[in-house]
Amino acid sequence: MEFKYDERVLKPGYTSCLGCGEALAMRLVAQACGPNSIFTNCTGCSEIFTSRYPASSWAAPWIHSLFENSAAVASGVYYALKHKGRMPQVNVIGTGGDGGTADIGLQCLSGAMERGDDILYVCWDNEAYMNTGVQRSGLTPLDADTTTSPAGKASYGNDRPKKDLPMIMAAHGIPYVGVASMGYYRELAPMVKRILQIRGPKFLQVHVVCPLGWKSDPAKSAELARLAFETGLYPLYEIIRGETKPHRPPKDGWRPVEEYLKPQGRFRHLFRAGNAAERITRIQALAAANIRKFYGPDAVPQFAKDAEAKLAEAAKATA
Amino acid sequence: MAPQGRQEILEGAMAVAHAVARCRPEVIAAYPITPQTHISEELSTIVADGELQAEFVKVESEFGAASVCLGASAAGARAYTATSSQGLMLMAEVLWNIAGMRLPVVLACANRSVSAPLSIWCDHQDADSIRDCGVIQLHAEDAQEAVDQHVIAFKAAEDRRVLLPVMVNLDGFLLTHVFEPVELPDQALCDAFLGKYEALYKLDPGDPMSFGCFTEPDKCMEGRWMIHDACLRSAAVIEEVSAAFARTFGRNSGGLLEEYKSADADTVLVAKGSICGTIKDVVDELRDKGRRVGLVRIKTFRPFPRDRIVAAVRGAKRITVVEKGGSFGSGGVVTPELKDALYDAGLRIPVSGFCVQLGGREVAPDGIQEIIDRVEKGEQVHYEYFRLKKAILPDLVP
Repeated sequence: MEFKYDERVLKPGYTSCLGCGEALAMRLVAQACGPNSIFTNCTGCSEIFTSRYPASSWAAPWIHSLFENSAAVASGVYYALKHKGRMPQVNVIGTGGDGGTADIGLQCLSGAMERGDDILYVCWDNEAYMNTGVQRSGLTPLDADTTTSPAGKASYGNDRPKKDLPMIMAAHGIPYVGVASMGYYRELAPMVKRILQIRGPKFLQVHVVCPLGWKSDPAKSAELARLAFETGLYPLYEIIRGETKPHRPPKDGWRPVEEYLKPQGRFRHLFRAGNAAERITRIQALAAANIRKFYGPDAVPQFAKDAEAKLAEAAKATA
Repeated sequence: MAPQGRQEILEGAMAVAHAVARCRPEVIAAYPITPQTHISEELSTIVADGELQAEFVKVESEFGAASVCLGASAAGARAYTATSSQGLMLMAEVLWNIAGMRLPVVLACANRSVSAPLSIWCDHQDADSIRDCGVIQLHAEDAQEAVDQHVIAFKAAEDRRVLLPVMVNLDGFLLTHVFEPVELPDQALCDAFLGKYEALYKLDPGDPMSFGCFTEPDKCMEGRWMIHDACLRSAAVIEEVSAAFARTFGRNSGGLLEEYKSADADTVLVAKGSICGTIKDVVDELRDKGRRVGLVRIKTFRPFPRDRIVAAVRGAKRITVVEKGGSFGSGGVVTPELKDALYDAGLRIPVSGFCVQLGGREVAPDGIQEIIDRVEKGEQVHYEYFRLKKAILPDLVP
């Protein structure tokens, strides 16, 4: 997608890292929303790299208040515009990272969704607190090495799987929940344009690669994001008025999780000697469950079923 | 809607709600907490009955309430919330941000003790503990003042020389739940007095701006100074707005201080809030007996009216601050600020600080008189928990 400078909603010159998935996704989403939108932003990378006073990359009205209140501020903007008779002509877009959305900001987000506020909230999920130096969040995947869930002699990193934020949002009964990926960046803009036609609260989670935090090659961010989907570890889908529509499955079939894990430094410890193979089996089983959930039991590839069987066997042996 | 332009017997919180409605806030966001609840309940009823065209946002917390007000104000709407105690604590982070972004949100604090121990009753530790965040703080003595100070609050907050949030403090239960004769501000006068709110800067796709950018150390301090400067300068605006209010509505409810029989007083008490009613009764009684006692009542606690207070107490032989709060490990809140002002003015008048009514314990006139008797006998205390019941303290306390 090519933009003319004058028409850009997020102007170039922001100071994100090389290969930053959040910047790419944000640029595309902002452009799809267009200049007739008001954006709210959690504290975090995107706020920092777009708004160093007195400069700002934002050509649309934009506000950053605090870490945990982006959704509530968006609600406030929405009610002000509603009162002034300017809704739904203006798009009110709340944004935040995974920590600001799923952890510290979950309460404000839940409030906005439950009240039925006509806003779109977009969560840039790079799976850790990157702005403060790669600390674990509720959306950090199982076994990821972060600065507060470090892999060590007695640890495989983050000891919990990701919190299922989209399903928490879906449980609010809102008209739209979507999970997208910067790996399929061409799909983002049309998707957002379609979402904005829906009235009421809308939630979109976008998987975005952070080369700094994931210790991955900045040139391969989009490829890596696609692998997250193609391995089944990051299911992409939409729930439109209660109806679940999974993303079309990968063209060349589901891939083993190692293909996604191996290029990332945050999973490097899983490929060292010891019983880390069992951990990869565990992650493969998570992927199998995702594939089964969204594409049915027949879609689960044999290697994934094998991993599940192996895990069940190991569980039996320990019992 | 309640009748206008004449006195009627109203509950304080209800009167405040009707006064707020007449200020025509466009967005109201509030979360239940005792003893504030009657304000937001009544406002939601006024909106539900179609008597006020406003968005009443049913938020999930006080943090959400303040954040919704922040967003609404940034988008150019007149925004209002009300809270108490823990709710104010939960709002604290947002209040700093609202002040820093110079958004004229108005809120009420129905003053209540802060847990623990849990108490729903009145003291000032909630409001006192957010004194440093750039929120202008007014204190009402009675329901009429609480009503009128809301009108003054919107006017002062939105004044372009100020652009800061204003919080009207009214003592929980003592004012919120007591029925008093109140005259509500006339709607037409209120409309003329306040006018429609036009934001200086707002979130508007027609004129896009960025709010809440981050600053490097070379610029942050100036941003903070602007808040301090605006807050200091708001004192003159509050006086100006209060004078205009008095001319329009015929009541002198605003201002920075009230000087009650203090001009020639040897003993001057300093206090804020509803306890001043009790103090005035004691002052009257003692005056009848020929004792030269007076009260200086703080109506505006932020900005702190240093010069005015020094001028009001400079003739006194002794000053006694009666506080409903304090700073654990230090002493009072109002007392040291007063001493600071006196010191800079070169005045060495003895100042005593008494902490009373924490968690709603009643101080009847005899208590105030006891304080006056003690200081007039030459006693001076730095900061004392007045009438502390040592007998009920557990044994482990030395």
